[in-house]
Amino acid sequence: MEFLYYMGDVFTPINFGLLLLGTIGGLILGATPGLSPTMTVALMIPFTFKLEPQQGLILLGAAYTSTVAGGAVSAILLKIPGAPANIATTLDGHTMAQKGEGAKALQISFIASAIGGLFGVFLLIFLTPVLATWALAFGPSELFWLAILGVTVIGTLDSSSVVKGLLSGCIGLWLATIGFDDIMGAQRFIFHSSVSGGINVIPALIGLFAIPQVIAMFAKGRSNVDAEIIVVQRHPIGAAFREVFSRKRALAIGTAVGSIIGLIPGVGGQIAGLVAYDQSKKMSPESAKFGTGHPEGVIAAESANNAMVGPSLVPLLTLSIPGSPTAAVLLGGLLIHGIFPGPALFTQYPEVVWPFINSMLVGQILMCVFGLLIAGWAANVARVPRAVMAAVVLGLAVFGSYSVGHSMGDVYVMAALGLAMYFLERFGFSAAPLVLGLILGPIAEANFMQGAMIANATIGQMAYFFTGWLNWLLILIVLASIGYSIWMELLQRRYTTKEDAQA
Amino acid sequence: MTDLPRTQHIITSGAIAAVGITVAYISYTQEPAAAFVFPRLIATVFALLAIWTFVKALLGRTKVGQGVNGQDMRNLLPGLVVTLIYAFWAAKELGFYTATTITFFILLTLYDPAPHTEAKTWIKRVLITAGFMAVMYGLFAMLLNVYTPREIFS
Repeated sequence: MEFLYYMGDVFTPINFGLLLLGTIGGLILGATPGLSPTMTVALMIPFTFKLEPQQGLILLGAAYTSTVAGGAVSAILLKIPGAPANIATTLDGHTMAQKGEGAKALQISFIASAIGGLFGVFLLIFLTPVLATWALAFGPSELFWLAILGVTVIGTLDSSSVVKGLLSGCIGLWLATIGFDDIMGAQRFIFHSSVSGGINVIPALIGLFAIPQVIAMFAKGRSNVDAEIIVVQRHPIGAAFREVFSRKRALAIGTAVGSIIGLIPGVGGQIAGLVAYDQSKKMSPESAKFGTGHPEGVIAAESANNAMVGPSLVPLLTLSIPGSPTAAVLLGGLLIHGIFPGPALFTQYPEVVWPFINSMLVGQILMCVFGLLIAGWAANVARVPRAVMAAVVLGLAVFGSYSVGHSMGDVYVMAALGLAMYFLERFGFSAAPLVLGLILGPIAEANFMQGAMIANATIGQMAYFFTGWLNWLLILIVLASIGYSIWMELLQRRYTTKEDAQA
Repeated sequence: MTDLPRTQHIITSGAIAAVGITVAYISYTQEPAAAFVFPRLIATVFALLAIWTFVKALLGRTKVGQGVNGQDMRNLLPGLVVTLIYAFWAAKELGFYTATTITFFILLTLYDPAPHTEAKTWIKRVLITAGFMAVMYGLFAMLLNVYTPREIFS
């Protein structure tokens, strides 16, 4: 119950003000089609430089939580998911809005999000310290395999092609080696003065997540967001609460599915929402109503995608392995404040980590309250022309990247990586494994080198990295994730071929 | 294979394979060798996967990635050129605030669907640009104290 000891820190004027700012800002940005939670959090990192680590993380955590929930606004009112996590919400949410139940759909989505989110954060609170204690047993070889696991799991599960996912991860790992070698001080792959000090993670994150979205907006040409905004009628909030609590099955399925999926690195909110929706439909006696504006569809999808947020931070805070791309960006936020997550985090920085986790707990309630208050109004951000959004994001990306180290090199790196990522994404590559490679690369290398030194002095390299049940367990998980993804890809290909043949 | 001409996949995967092979070559030839132990490990897998992807593209067996169609390319090209000039030249040479103002206004003009013939449209664009720049100045210059390169007009 250590978290209760730090609960008061959330309510200091500055911390609570930042929590409010992150929550309201996140709701508005989340409701904006085209601005993903990952990109929003990446663009916010430069604003945390002047803040204490605790304050910066509270701001980023609040933005993470509320952008996922805010994405439901555009999913329901515009049929455009604000984030990939809200795809399942459009299925019934938008139909409800078309039937004149837009306010009800928004209210139940925020209430379900808050309930799922609270459960997820409680899991984070109770699981993290236990896992952190267990993780203390990890030596250099286990940490090396763990870093490789982080890259391969996200590379295989988060990508449409296993080979291209793994290749993206390799590109990230290679980018992480650019600069001066830590042990020998030797120059490695320094092909331009901008990267002489290595690739700074924050400009890279901004470039990889923000610039492709800017260019994608350019690609749509001179057009507004092509959607009709549905006018929201009034609906009593009490009735929405009764509606959510009368649909306990959907709420329980959504919360459980979201929590479990959140714990698996790389799977993410999009899958959580869709799996929860699918399971609720299968287990519901009213399964025929799904897709026709059934509240259970919204409740299952929204409780799942917010329940995923807390557990996705468990592997990050205990093992330094981000559970999702947004968690990877949060890892960048921790690193710039000199905080290295891992087993010792809770003993070294309890005054940072517990208020951060507690703020996510309070943030869920604030997100629900403000979501209910501003949901209808937030949909108006969709009226903002794409041109304005693209120009704003570009300006923030350039200023944000520069402000990291007051270096034009960081701006060049941001722009070059962003431009390359846009084209790579068009050819089936994914930013998430590349970012994971970039972030986990130094961890993997440091532990590999340390392990190699121990191995040379003791039992030999091969034996050291391939001995012990924990090493083998991690290796098996790496292989299993790759094998599973290849199997799924082959299965999908077979079905596609069959469908093509029938067509 | 998708509808996309195979050439696009070949060019992209070929470029990545070239990078992968170059990285592997440098890793295995540069000194001191001890500094390149980990890069060698990565570069080997990188090069193998990149060559695999390239061969698949050559054989026309690429399954994912829709590429860039002509219309998208025509749409994005002006914005892309403005972005590159902004990031790689104008921000440093003209100063951040001057360059951002010009870039922001040009991008609005290029991509805002409102008709160019109406004076109201232009006034709106000027006001949006001014509003955005005021927010950026407030955030970065006043709140975060970010010292940007000297402005050309200052």
